[in-house]
Amino acid sequence: MTNITEYLGYPWAQHALIAATLIGLTCGLVAPFVVMRDMAFAVHGTAELSFTTAVAGLLIVNDAVTGALVGSVVVAIAFALLGRRGTDSNTSIGVVMAFGLGLGIFLLSFYNGFASAATNILFGSIVSASTRDVVTLAVLAVVVLVVLGVIYRPLLFASVDAAVAEARGVPVRLLGLVFLLLLSVTVTEAAQVVGTLLVLSLAITPAASARRWTANPVAFAGLSVLFALIAADGGLLLSLALSNTNIKASVLIAFTSFAIYLVSVIAERLRSERRRAPAVAAATAATT
Amino acid sequence: MSDADNGPAVRFTDATLSVGGRVLWSGLDLDVQPGEFLAILGPNGTGKTTLLKALLGLQQLAGGSAQVAGQTPHRGSSQVGYVPQQKMFDADLGLRGVDLVCLGADGDRFGVPWSRKRVRAKAAELIEAVGATSYASAPIGRLSGGEQQRLRIAQALMSDPKVLLCDEPLTSLDLRHQEGVLELLDQRRRQRNTAVLMVTHEINPILPFVDRILYLAAGRFAQGTPDEVLTSERLSRLYGTPIDVLRVRGRVVVVGGGEAPEATHHCGADVVIPA
Repeated sequence: MTNITEYLGYPWAQHALIAATLIGLTCGLVAPFVVMRDMAFAVHGTAELSFTTAVAGLLIVNDAVTGALVGSVVVAIAFALLGRRGTDSNTSIGVVMAFGLGLGIFLLSFYNGFASAATNILFGSIVSASTRDVVTLAVLAVVVLVVLGVIYRPLLFASVDAAVAEARGVPVRLLGLVFLLLLSVTVTEAAQVVGTLLVLSLAITPAASARRWTANPVAFAGLSVLFALIAADGGLLLSLALSNTNIKASVLIAFTSFAIYLVSVIAERLRSERRRAPAVAAATAATT
Repeated sequence: MSDADNGPAVRFTDATLSVGGRVLWSGLDLDVQPGEFLAILGPNGTGKTTLLKALLGLQQLAGGSAQVAGQTPHRGSSQVGYVPQQKMFDADLGLRGVDLVCLGADGDRFGVPWSRKRVRAKAAELIEAVGATSYASAPIGRLSGGEQQRLRIAQALMSDPKVLLCDEPLTSLDLRHQEGVLELLDQRRRQRNTAVLMVTHEINPILPFVDRILYLAAGRFAQGTPDEVLTSERLSRLYGTPIDVLRVRGRVVVVGGGEAPEATHHCGADVVIPA
């Protein structure tokens, strides 16, 4: 165990903590809609493809993050265009993802710099977040927060009840595209922290956990953000505390997130049992 | 405004509807008065749902005109309430019944993520009216088909519509729940003068409630009271093939013969044996 407060005196640790907080916030906000719209595979696909676009970014402008962010927009539009009929969207995401990953590995063979710049994207490298990265994350977090706040109710309507939403004048298709863009940007951000391979632990798990506690959509979003923040910040702080063991922050974030999920599932079981218990007692009392 | 108040709730004038270049029906003249209950019957693919879509502003007529409460149909009109074809909500969806109902009033509003107090109060009132108070705060995916349908009707009534469009609201409900839903719609049109247009496959459950029937088949249509439309002569003419309408123990059974297999589609639970 090392003293966490000592580490937090260093700028790199402060940057990492701010980055984790911003990512926890945006992922937590987006996650409930990912779950409601059943888009887990789209998240996975976007995350994996951010590896490809990051490598492209390294080759073209020597900056993985820029490449990944620009690429995420391209990927979102590609998914939207290919998955138009809705039913086959998972298939088209699979097709694009498979090609994209192959392309990423192909592009990587042309890159002569440090391969770690690219593998960082796969496994996450929050401790190397620069001031510029933190500023980029902050701007994106504000954009996601504001846009999602404004479109929240129509997006909720379109997500749960598309047929009626359309009849009521909600621009269902347009909102779907806007959400896909927000999602891609968020996932690409998150990929820098937890890596593309573990993005789902921040972009889905917090919502899955929150749903165990409430079906009220506003409380659902609030809890999802809370759980994502606990996972992102908690995992990072844990990795500082355990720094002598060399476990990556992304791993501990994934573990923390899953631990919250387990607790939530158990809590839901216990509550439903307690609700059933008095009913059973009353029924047995009535029969005897 | 007085024109809209006194005129018919729904009016089709020489309307033609075509989908993908195929004409589903044409020359339809139909007036539905406020408070009237109209059932739209007929086999699949004859444009029943598309007729509702035309009134929702989701489908353009190929000819003629349509009006809802004196206005040309347009998306998002608060004059029209819509209960879509029964589709069960996902069991794990993060939404309660009360949230679904509130979306009927403010689901198209950008801005604040939650519902205003006024909307929530109105939702509580309508939930009470449809008898869903005891389960309105449960996750909607955990409710039965009949319970979900009651909440959908409450949702459709949130904008105080003059016309309520229901697409197969009785499908997959048992007889008791079918009657519950029908009584609810009947009560609404009697108390609030809301016109109800209902697409359905079930003939017998609706007969005690409906005023008129619009029967679509083979690109033609027949309209009138149930007694006028549901006769062997009228339906045979409509389908262009012999059809027998039998009244057995107070129930109507439509039996299609010969080359009209589609005639067997509309009878729901009623046993139909093609000759």
